[in-house]
Amino acid sequence: MKKYILLFIVALGILFTFSTVFMVDETEQVVILQFGKPVRTITEPGLNFKLPAPFQTASSFDNRLLEYDVPPEEILSKDKKSLIVDNYVRFRIINPLLFLQTVQSVPIAVTRLDDIVYSKLRQELGTHEMAEIITENRDMIMEKVTLDSDEATNPYGIQVVDVRIKRVDLPQENEKSIYARMEAERMRQANKFRSEGEEEAQKIRASTDRDKVVILADAYKTSQEIRGEGEAKALEIYASAFSKDPDFYEFVRTLETYEKIIDNKTTLVLPSDSKLFKTLMD
Amino acid sequence: MAYRRIIVGDSEIRVPEKLLTMGVIPMILIILFGWLSTGVYKVGPDEVGVVRTFGEFTRVAQPGLNYHFPYPIESVDTPKVTEVKRIEIGFRSLGNGQYRSVNQESLMLTGDENIVDAEMIVQYKIKSPEAYLFNIVKPTMTVREASEASLRTVVGRHNIDESLTSGKLQIQEETKELLQEILDKYESGIQVVAVQLQDVSPPEQVIGAFKDVASAKEDKNRMINQAEGYRNDLIPKARGEAEANIRDAEGFKEARIKRAEGDVAKFKSMLKEYRKAKSITKKRLYLETMEEILPGIDKVIVPDGDNGNVLNLLNLNPMKEKK
Repeated sequence: MKKYILLFIVALGILFTFSTVFMVDETEQVVILQFGKPVRTITEPGLNFKLPAPFQTASSFDNRLLEYDVPPEEILSKDKKSLIVDNYVRFRIINPLLFLQTVQSVPIAVTRLDDIVYSKLRQELGTHEMAEIITENRDMIMEKVTLDSDEATNPYGIQVVDVRIKRVDLPQENEKSIYARMEAERMRQANKFRSEGEEEAQKIRASTDRDKVVILADAYKTSQEIRGEGEAKALEIYASAFSKDPDFYEFVRTLETYEKIIDNKTTLVLPSDSKLFKTLMD
Repeated sequence: MAYRRIIVGDSEIRVPEKLLTMGVIPMILIILFGWLSTGVYKVGPDEVGVVRTFGEFTRVAQPGLNYHFPYPIESVDTPKVTEVKRIEIGFRSLGNGQYRSVNQESLMLTGDENIVDAEMIVQYKIKSPEAYLFNIVKPTMTVREASEASLRTVVGRHNIDESLTSGKLQIQEETKELLQEILDKYESGIQVVAVQLQDVSPPEQVIGAFKDVASAKEDKNRMINQAEGYRNDLIPKARGEAEANIRDAEGFKEARIKRAEGDVAKFKSMLKEYRKAKSITKKRLYLETMEEILPGIDKVIVPDGDNGNVLNLLNLNPMKEKK
């Protein structure tokens, strides 16, 4: 009998210990409830104590950065272009008490978060044109949506750390028109290259033809000059010599000319009173 | 040694008889010892041990054999801190060198509203084990999502031609920076080691048009080269022709002068002779020439004062047929 009492006491002691002593892990935070009414929040990790079970209970919440991947949604930009936006949310339970009182659990919190982030994102993207969303202002837009969402989720004890657009895509039909535009743009470039090539080639050929003509004309000019010089020089030489006795020159030159112009096909008509005939007859 | 069989659920444990017959104290000691011995753990050379005491982070253990107080007092995690992890964006390796594209991830809009197909590898490692273990959930997914977001953000800042060619390196750097910024914002304890853009190409649907641009560039060069060839062929030939013309003219000039000089020399020497006996020389020269030319030709002698009368022709030798 004594043994059983001892055993009972030990069991009671163990039960008591387990319901009063509890650990708070690095990754969690705990709210202590007294008959369902929150009395304190423990955010520091380590060993803690509370009253045993029926009096006080402990509810623990993750204190890590939690993730929620929002399914892709179609959103209109300011210039009425339809965009498929895929974003994700990183959030944290910063006030477990508020969290417990309002949303209780993470799955419920996520549905709230979804509503809030979606409406903030839609609202913000609606004030920007597509080009901004895609390019330079994406960071700014995301920052704005993060801040707005954070403000809106504060009453739930949730801090929105980051709302980030993973993907912005265009609906299928728009994608087709982009491809068509890209193709047209490339065709334009290709045509430009080919025409440029033709232009350059034409230029080179034309200048080649021009250069050739100029080179030949230059050469013609130079060679004619040289020929002229030769003629002039020859004339000068002849003149200086022949002027010594023009009559004799004429005589000699006449003889030479006879030699040249008379060949065996020539018929010579000699009047009997011609000089040659007389010379021959005398 | 004798055993006793004890059935626990479906399994059967053989417990030495001795263990059951010995006193409560040694048994408690053995259990205590067994419990304490569960605190021995090994930290591998690529790991660190992160020890939590009653859930609170208390110390870091270095590689080797270590000890912590057993559960539930202390617990340990041993993340691999030197290991470089790798994730693939836009494609998945299937092993043995093959891979599969994931278009949903790889197709993205550029700043000038074109679409490119970009694939990327991100390498990362644990920078702070405590942060890595205690601050975030699903680390791989966190890195993947942040990587995708960063790459798209950065590509959105550049136009298509930059993305396809010269801007690749810059996109890589900017993506790495942005990704690290995001991961630091999450206090994830993760360090981005490298971001490598694998392949940035035009989407399949329009790749033909892009290739055509490349071949158009080639065409341009080819056309220019051909024209250059034409030039290189023609101009030297023209120069040669020009040079030949000039040389020809020079030859003509030289020849003309030499001939003149020759003629003059001949004339001068004849003149010298002529001056010695003018009349005789003149007659001799005349007759010599006639002797030269007359023998080979037909001659018709017309008598005095009757120049026009063909009937009076004195035919010295019969006229030959003329062609």
